[in-house]
Amino acid sequence: MSSTLSLKTEFIKGIWKENPVMASLLGLCPTLAVTNAANNGLAMGLATTFVLLSSSLMISALRNFIPHQVRIAGYIVIIATFVTVADRFLAAYFPTISASLGPYIPLIVVNCLILGRQEAFSSRNGIGRSLLDSLGMGIGFILVLVVLGIIREILGSGSIFGVAILGDWFTPWMVMILPPGAFLTLGILIALANWYNDPSRSKERRAAS
Amino acid sequence: MSNLNLSTRMILVLTLITVLSGGILAGWDTITKPRIAFHRQEALKAAIGDVLPAHDTYSSEETEFGTLYIATRDSSQNLVGVAFMAVGSGFQGELRIMVGLSPDLTQLTGIKVLEQIETPGLGTKIVVDPSNKKEPYWFPAQFRGVHVSPGLVVVKNAKPTQNNEVQGITGATISSKAVTDILNNQIANIKTVWTSRGGPES
Repeated sequence: MSSTLSLKTEFIKGIWKENPVMASLLGLCPTLAVTNAANNGLAMGLATTFVLLSSSLMISALRNFIPHQVRIAGYIVIIATFVTVADRFLAAYFPTISASLGPYIPLIVVNCLILGRQEAFSSRNGIGRSLLDSLGMGIGFILVLVVLGIIREILGSGSIFGVAILGDWFTPWMVMILPPGAFLTLGILIALANWYNDPSRSKERRAAS
Repeated sequence: MSNLNLSTRMILVLTLITVLSGGILAGWDTITKPRIAFHRQEALKAAIGDVLPAHDTYSSEETEFGTLYIATRDSSQNLVGVAFMAVGSGFQGELRIMVGLSPDLTQLTGIKVLEQIETPGLGTKIVVDPSNKKEPYWFPAQFRGVHVSPGLVVVKNAKPTQNNEVQGITGATISSKAVTDILNNQIANIKTVWTSRGGPES
């Protein structure tokens, strides 16, 4: 099935149609937990994409050597290795971001988005295709995290990427930087996306025009 | 490889993957370790600088209740203060607070909460209070000069009247009280250590 898709579709699908968060609801733990500010969302998205890309590269390269019975164990070791690399990188070069993301970087290991892509895609496709798939999924993940982060940061702290944009008159909505704000924002975004994608709606639109 | 039996193949492949992973991590660790240690040292130095009055240098001393950072002025070797880490439970998780005490251990010279996971917007005011535009750091700042005996006390909805009182955060009484409890506890420990040690070395 996958081999019939063009390379471009392989890349594009993760950004909207099969977006890991909006369409498959994967990787919700970091999506909800770290998007209280746009910076945090971006850093988490980049770290996850790095892990996704490097794990995909390794796993698609080794896909014919890893016996089926121990594949999950093998994948997890590979994923955990790259997560540790990302974690140490942030701690060494971006200590502030590392501190604000806290335990959520090590927790990328158990992000089902990553294991899911390895199991569903990289273990069955060549290196090139797997990298494209991962890159698309990663970009889709980053976009959702940054959009969520921006919405929550504006309403919850009155700033974007740490720069205050709303004046003193604005009372921050505390709920937006708390967990309920994450659920509310994500819920509304998914509802909008589903409404936009609803096939019956486009039929009506066509009928009306 | 496919002519090996399955168990041998599983063992071989997993061993290979783990050895490879170990190699990558060991290599990466050597590259990043000095930088991470440097940042940790800088953060510690900054925190000690925040809680103690101006000093030229400090020495660390391990005790049974954690490390003591003893700050002196280079010119006179005069003791400026003692800093140490106080750790305990906050409202939702562990609080790690850097505490500075005057040389005679009677007054606080400052505190800084280094790690916390309190409720954003309420308990996090123990670090910074963005709703107070004039003085966002009022909560930690008010500890400067407070007397530690007979023990720190949180007062609610009122200005402190005694020299061992601090004002609590509205809506975050547990977080405010957690801070004073952790301080009282660790200050008592440090006093014991300090007495048994016989004061500062000269």
